[in-house]
Amino acid sequence: MKYTGDVIKYGDNVDTDVIIPARYLNTSEHSELAKHCMEDLDRTFTERVKQGDIITAGLNFGCGSSREHAPIAIKASGVSLVIARSFARIFYRNAINIGLAIVECPEAVDGISEGDRVEADMDSGIIRDLTTGKEYKTEPFPEFIQNIIENGGLVKTVAEGKI
Amino acid sequence: MGMTMTQKILAAHSGLDEVKAGQLILASLDRVLGNDITSPVAIKEFARLKSESVFDRDKVVMVMDHFVPNKDIKAAEQCRVCREFCHEHDITHFYDVGDMGIEHALLTEKGLVTAGDCVIGADSHTCTYGALGAFSTGVGSTDMACGMATGRAWFKVPPAIKVELTGELRRFVSGKDVILYIIGEIGVGGALYKSLEFTGEGLSSLTMSDRFTIANMAVEAGAKNGIFEVDDLTLAYIKEHKAEAPRVFRADDDADYDEVITVDLSEIEPTVAFPSLPENARTFAEIPEIRIDQVVIGSCTNGRIEDLAAAAEIMKGRHAAKNVRVIVIPATQQVYLEALDRGYIRTFIEFGAVVSTSTCGPCLGGYMGILAEGERAVTTTNRNFVGRMGHVKSEVYLASPATAAASAVTGRITSPWEVME
Ligand code: SF4
Repeated sequence: MKYTGDVIKYGDNVDTDVIIPARYLNTSEHSELAKHCMEDLDRTFTERVKQGDIITAGLNFGCGSSREHAPIAIKASGVSLVIARSFARIFYRNAINIGLAIVECPEAVDGISEGDRVEADMDSGIIRDLTTGKEYKTEPFPEFIQNIIENGGLVKTVAEGKI
Repeated sequence: MGMTMTQKILAAHSGLDEVKAGQLILASLDRVLGNDITSPVAIKEFARLKSESVFDRDKVVMVMDHFVPNKDIKAAEQCRVCREFCHEHDITHFYDVGDMGIEHALLTEKGLVTAGDCVIGADSHTCTYGALGAFSTGVGSTDMACGMATGRAWFKVPPAIKVELTGELRRFVSGKDVILYIIGEIGVGGALYKSLEFTGEGLSSLTMSDRFTIANMAVEAGAKNGIFEVDDLTLAYIKEHKAEAPRVFRADDDADYDEVITVDLSEIEPTVAFPSLPENARTFAEIPEIRIDQVVIGSCTNGRIEDLAAAAEIMKGRHAAKNVRVIVIPATQQVYLEALDRGYIRTFIEFGAVVSTSTCGPCLGGYMGILAEGERAVTTTNRNFVGRMGHVKSEVYLASPATAAASAVTGRITSPWEVME
């Protein structure tokens, strides 16, 4: 699986409250959640995000509550992949379980700038910055995790008998 | 490279000879646990899985403990969802009013976890079973649903921090003081993602009850799990509770640890975690006079018979301070019966306490002892976050059963050493 998109860059400790503020948790409608994604951190996000875009972020992305609404909001807003220095433990689980592609790669986070076009090959673990030509290597996910993500999450994967 | 205890258990459950920190694995599960709050969500997800049955009706465990006997209509509805699901799937280990207890005290008492097991629970304190040398960790409701259907869950193999224990605890000092001390040292994020692995010659002086308390609060240091090296005491506990045959995994000599912490048990003092984080640990030299309104003794952290014994020893022949409400909650029916036989219930009531049926109740601000604005409680529970036991402007101080009982005697936060010596 390959993801290609333009990069939107954030810093450390982006928490689940700014990813999707609690005041919008009265719905689990994906498109509704997407409308408010990142609202308390970056009001321009929902206007500028395009299908396939890639988020890069610093340490501890997704810290805070265990709400699955957070990765759902990011995925529903069109983001194809989140590259971070590290993820909060529960966000990491939830992202994979709902089928949002994520990868930890501190070097890529340092090297890639806002607006760069990036291609990430999940099978080989190679992240390529098409704007600068630089390459970064990460450990690829084992096949069963890639299957969960590509299938759109754990529930779908189990329902289809693929795990 | 050698493996830690946790890594060995995960390797054994995923059919691999070796795993290393950071690796993603698919492991088979020995138990999948849920309670009255998390199970209804998992049951809804389970329906979407189109799975006809659970993977093993003996390995799914549901315990109605947070809001039972039903605190309100919503709680009643949630329990009904669980009850119907367990009936439909013929779940062996469904614990409802009458035979329930607080889940993490109940499962060990019923012998449902043994050394070497791999357990997930849709409850963050599922890490308690590490005291028995099992790998156990808290997960979300989606994981619980898929775990019930497939008997498997994916994990990222954690790196570890080794906690080397030396010395022996002093009188009226217990496992709660040890874990509050450790969290105070490393902070609430100090063990993020990692296992806390307890070992060392000091282990032999810790009771099983101390170990359950310590493993229970590993998550308050951010850990994925806490785990104790198995010794004769662990094996005796497993045998006494008729759990399945233990599988003992020891860390390799060359196992890789991110950090090694040494704790001299003989230096631990009665410790209190101040609001509003478990890492705000203080000992009595640093504690001013703080008046309190309520004392709670109970929870999955400290509601076992040893905990009630520690409280009863201090309360016996004394009376609660004026204006302090004291609530004692045995963690299970068995603990309640034993406390009755040993005369503790009489001691508590004569002291001026109320004794409740088993429930999480006040621990999570559910019911049975909610705090009003500005009120303060000393409690043996595990979290003192803002508003955890009631009003956002109430305060929760975490302490051992001995410290909680001593504080009930004086009406201010008090060391058991002051009352007893
Ligand atoms: S006693 Fe408290 S911490 Fe333990 S399971 Fe119940 S609510 Fe959770």
